[in-house]
Amino acid sequence: METGTDTKAKEKKQAANDKETVIEIRHLKKSFGSNEVLKDINLDLYKGENLVVLGKSGEGKSVTIKCIVRLLEKDSGEIKVFGEEVGAMSDAELKKLRIRIGFLFQSAALYDSMTVRDNLEFPLRKVLKLKDEAEINKRVEDVLESVGLPDAADKLPSDLSGGMRKRIGLARTLIVNPEVMLYDEPTTGLDTITSEEISELIVKLQKKYQTSSIIITHDLSCAKITSDRIVIMNDGAYIAEGTFDELKESKDENVCAFFKQP
Amino acid sequence: MSESYTASRNKFLEEVGNQTSFMFRFFRNIFRGGFDWGELVRQCYIIGYKSIGLVGITGVILGFVLTLQSLPTLKDFGAESYVPRMVAVSVVREIGPVIIALICAGKIASSIGAELGSMKVTEQIEAMEVSGANAIQYLVVTRIIACTLMIPILTLMADALALVGGYVGNNVGGDVSAVLFYNKSFSAIDFVDLIPSFIKSIFFGFAIGFVGCYKGYNSDRGTESVGVAANSAVVSASLWIIVIDAIAVQLTSVLAYN
Repeated sequence: METGTDTKAKEKKQAANDKETVIEIRHLKKSFGSNEVLKDINLDLYKGENLVVLGKSGEGKSVTIKCIVRLLEKDSGEIKVFGEEVGAMSDAELKKLRIRIGFLFQSAALYDSMTVRDNLEFPLRKVLKLKDEAEINKRVEDVLESVGLPDAADKLPSDLSGGMRKRIGLARTLIVNPEVMLYDEPTTGLDTITSEEISELIVKLQKKYQTSSIIITHDLSCAKITSDRIVIMNDGAYIAEGTFDELKESKDENVCAFFKQP
Repeated sequence: MSESYTASRNKFLEEVGNQTSFMFRFFRNIFRGGFDWGELVRQCYIIGYKSIGLVGITGVILGFVLTLQSLPTLKDFGAESYVPRMVAVSVVREIGPVIIALICAGKIASSIGAELGSMKVTEQIEAMEVSGANAIQYLVVTRIIACTLMIPILTLMADALALVGGYVGNNVGGDVSAVLFYNKSFSAIDFVDLIPSFIKSIFFGFAIGFVGCYKGYNSDRGTESVGVAANSAVVSASLWIIVIDAIAVQLTSVLAYN
């Protein structure tokens, strides 16, 4: 006889099977010298969802998403993006894949010798090779409007606040219409109000651009606002999975530790 | 002692391997499509045009000082008429290219090392790579080619200005007409002097650009590494210039003057 928990688990599995998997990670391992950062990572990102990865600093959250776009080479395991094994891709295939994936860095990583407009035009001109000035201008204006900074085009990154830099970083990533977004600590270093604004912006833009996202964070407020599903990382592996409310009620000590934050 | 020697040897070999691999990436990316000519022109402007003042002043002073230092000695032998020839030959063959390359190593290699190093620290290079752009082609290839093109031109300019400095120096205590000074200078210089010197400065330019880019692109994380990248770029580029010069002089002696 099936218990309620079994039924719920079955329903979840069925729901997962119904969804299209965008990123599939199996038994991912990564070490730096003798420091084994990722011990056995298994993860699925489904189309259209916002997946939050919660974990303490130094647990290898950022390493995981850097392995997805091959900014770091994995030691072993399997990473499939859109059904293709990332490790087996040629340079040309990897470039095509990277165009389909947006990556927002913790520091926003704006090119500081260029104005905001040049930053936004860079991927259009150098990656998509667009030549039509009218289209480039339209895309720049649209994306600036989307992130709520329509008048920032001629400013230099050094003239922007932390929150504005994150918004422009987000705009530069979204301007090429990626299908998947990887956010590396999008609210780190921001005050509570700006942090919430950025989290709400992530949700708004996810709906507008129809992206699937992995959001790496240790900020509970960001996780609550942005997540459809959360996985918790501890000691180089994932220890729990569920919605924010499910995990908040968890009896597991390691999971509870995250939700005890003030 | 033995462990320390092994560690140093391994580090040296690793560095040689990394530099070779970086050079291979540079050459491979020259011939790839999508080369950014606009960025190359911008780098030529930054590296070439913005160094004109420093290189020009260095050239003038080089000729001026060389003349003033050699004039009294040559006077003792009654050979002061040889000053223009001596200045021309020594500046064009050796001192001009080497001094200008060392000056440029200090200005350009350090600037490239610090710029790319800070881009690495602030994840700008990773952002460029992950966006699908070819960071090596955009950042490295353009800078190395710009250095390779601009340093020889700057050297020629400095050589010419050194002769102006020499003329001024010769007239501090004497009275030599410009026509006579330049006639004597140019009579001493042959194509066999100019060509090896020009080729040498192309290699100097390549070394300055390559070392600056390598040190900056491969710097570690942390703000300290930006300083380390800039500093080691200057030291390594200067060392490379001296080594290339030693090889070039040997080759020139064998090929041109025998």
